[in-house]
Amino acid sequence: MTAAVETAQTTTIHGDRVSLLRVLGPAHVWALGVGIVLVGEFTGWNFSADKGGALAALIVCWVVGLLYTSVAMIDSEVTSTVAAAGGQYAQAKHIVGPLMAFNVALFLVFAYTMLEVSDAILLGDTIVAKAGIEGLTHNSFIAATIVVLAWLNYRGVLMTLNVNFVITAIAYVSIVILFFSVSPWTQGAVLKLNELVTPANALPYGWIGVIAAFQFGIWYYLGIEGTTQAAEEVRSPARSLPYGTMAGMITLLIAAAMTWYVCASLMPWEYLGITYYPLWDAGKLTGSPLLENLLFIATLLAALASANGCINDAARAWFSLGRDRYLPSWFSAVHPKYRTPYRSILFLLPIALAFAFIADLNQAITFSILSGVLQYTFMSINIMMFRKKWPLGSIRRGYTHPFHPLPAIVLFCLCMVTFFAIFLGFGSQLIAMTVFYFLISLWFHFYRYKFVRRGDQFSMPWPKPQGY
Amino acid sequence: MARYTPPEQSKAGQILDIAVVVVAIFVALWLPLKLGFAGAAKSIDPLDAKTWDALGQNATMASIWEKLGYTPETAHDIIQNRFHYIIDWPTLIIMAIVLIAYFVFLFRASDKEYREVINEKFDDK
Repeated sequence: MTAAVETAQTTTIHGDRVSLLRVLGPAHVWALGVGIVLVGEFTGWNFSADKGGALAALIVCWVVGLLYTSVAMIDSEVTSTVAAAGGQYAQAKHIVGPLMAFNVALFLVFAYTMLEVSDAILLGDTIVAKAGIEGLTHNSFIAATIVVLAWLNYRGVLMTLNVNFVITAIAYVSIVILFFSVSPWTQGAVLKLNELVTPANALPYGWIGVIAAFQFGIWYYLGIEGTTQAAEEVRSPARSLPYGTMAGMITLLIAAAMTWYVCASLMPWEYLGITYYPLWDAGKLTGSPLLENLLFIATLLAALASANGCINDAARAWFSLGRDRYLPSWFSAVHPKYRTPYRSILFLLPIALAFAFIADLNQAITFSILSGVLQYTFMSINIMMFRKKWPLGSIRRGYTHPFHPLPAIVLFCLCMVTFFAIFLGFGSQLIAMTVFYFLISLWFHFYRYKFVRRGDQFSMPWPKPQGY
Repeated sequence: MARYTPPEQSKAGQILDIAVVVVAIFVALWLPLKLGFAGAAKSIDPLDAKTWDALGQNATMASIWEKLGYTPETAHDIIQNRFHYIIDWPTLIIMAIVLIAYFVFLFRASDKEYREVINEKFDDK
């Protein structure tokens, strides 16, 4: 029996012990990770071209790809060992401490809820743009998206992630079809990279623009770490989580490179940097109605898949907070029939709806990125502490990542660069959010923590950590 | 070490705690939007001559803009809307201090709590 199975936790409902269902395989893990992230190719990444030019968007595609490869490597090791719902939250609880775990869960909830908001806004705007009807607003589409997906999540995780697998696969294939339809091996016929990205306009703001582009470069891959949220619902965490996460990362690196190449070869950087629909626009610019409609549908599907996965992940992080009494235990209820964290799903629904109506796409994306980068900073320190407290050989690991501590150092350095990039555009928001996390941490440490059962926080069958 | 028994929280207390978290979330996310803090310094550098050439667009770029439904006049505000990256050192220093203070507090307070967890977990055995 694996450590994860041994530590699978339950919630009592009417005297019965009820736990989340272990029904998922590696394909579902892939669908959860790639499903959340792939929307980033359909919108968001291109704002990095606005920040620093087309070449800056390519540079950050690669460099941020390195950041996320480090995230995936680190995450695969820790999660294959600490396999519990809440993902990085459960990792923080076992390795750093309860307050860090509380913060990490909030990072996760904010990152995923704001990503869900961005997805819903994108979906609404895309439909309105396609319809071209005077006076039609995106509000009803946003509300319908969030409510229907919350209902799907309420009804069961297997159906939710089966849907995600199908729609993510269709959206991904559409990028591949677009790429091969424009004869990528021949410049000049359809693609005109040499004429659109010239030495004069490749980096219009110089290297400061490249650094600024990091802010939205994160959007190429933001959310891949969400695969760990399924830890208590996969049949074999030690195998499925590393396999699904790494396969997802490879898939996304390929998609990001294809997307940049096609889009930068089809539209001037000034337009690429402001459009909400770079791939749909690319479809239009090929002159093929088939490709245009395919990319329109794929944009909608990618937004749906992402919002769907985000509801899944945010609810599990919130549920975990309730289960450990970091928040009122009312949130820890598992639905007796559908075996889902239904109260957490329902609680986060109005919050997502509210922000979908008061924030615009650019701002919602930034909120999500901010929480994501705070979380990655934690991960770089967390893996160092994990290896120090339980050196290799002291506990059984599902996967051991190579080149330690290089990925952690790379991750930490790139997080610092990204904080600076966010400062260049949204410094006040970064300060406001950090102050929020600071104040809520004080609230937790000096008040809420008294409701937490101390010894129960450590549920892994490990020896005492070194240094304690 | 004596096992810590947490107090039972009343329903009213639970509702109050939920309200505190929700209000904090909205204040943190909504206030910067309301106060207009969100968004980078971007402004239009206007040009007198609104031609594709003056806007720095070659023939290929111009043809794509036109395919997208733009004229030099309508594209002007998009092309000339530029970031002006200026490092505001006092704000940067404040941001760095806030971030460092936050992480230092987080790790130190977490470690204190973690020691209680470890002591109770392993001293029970």
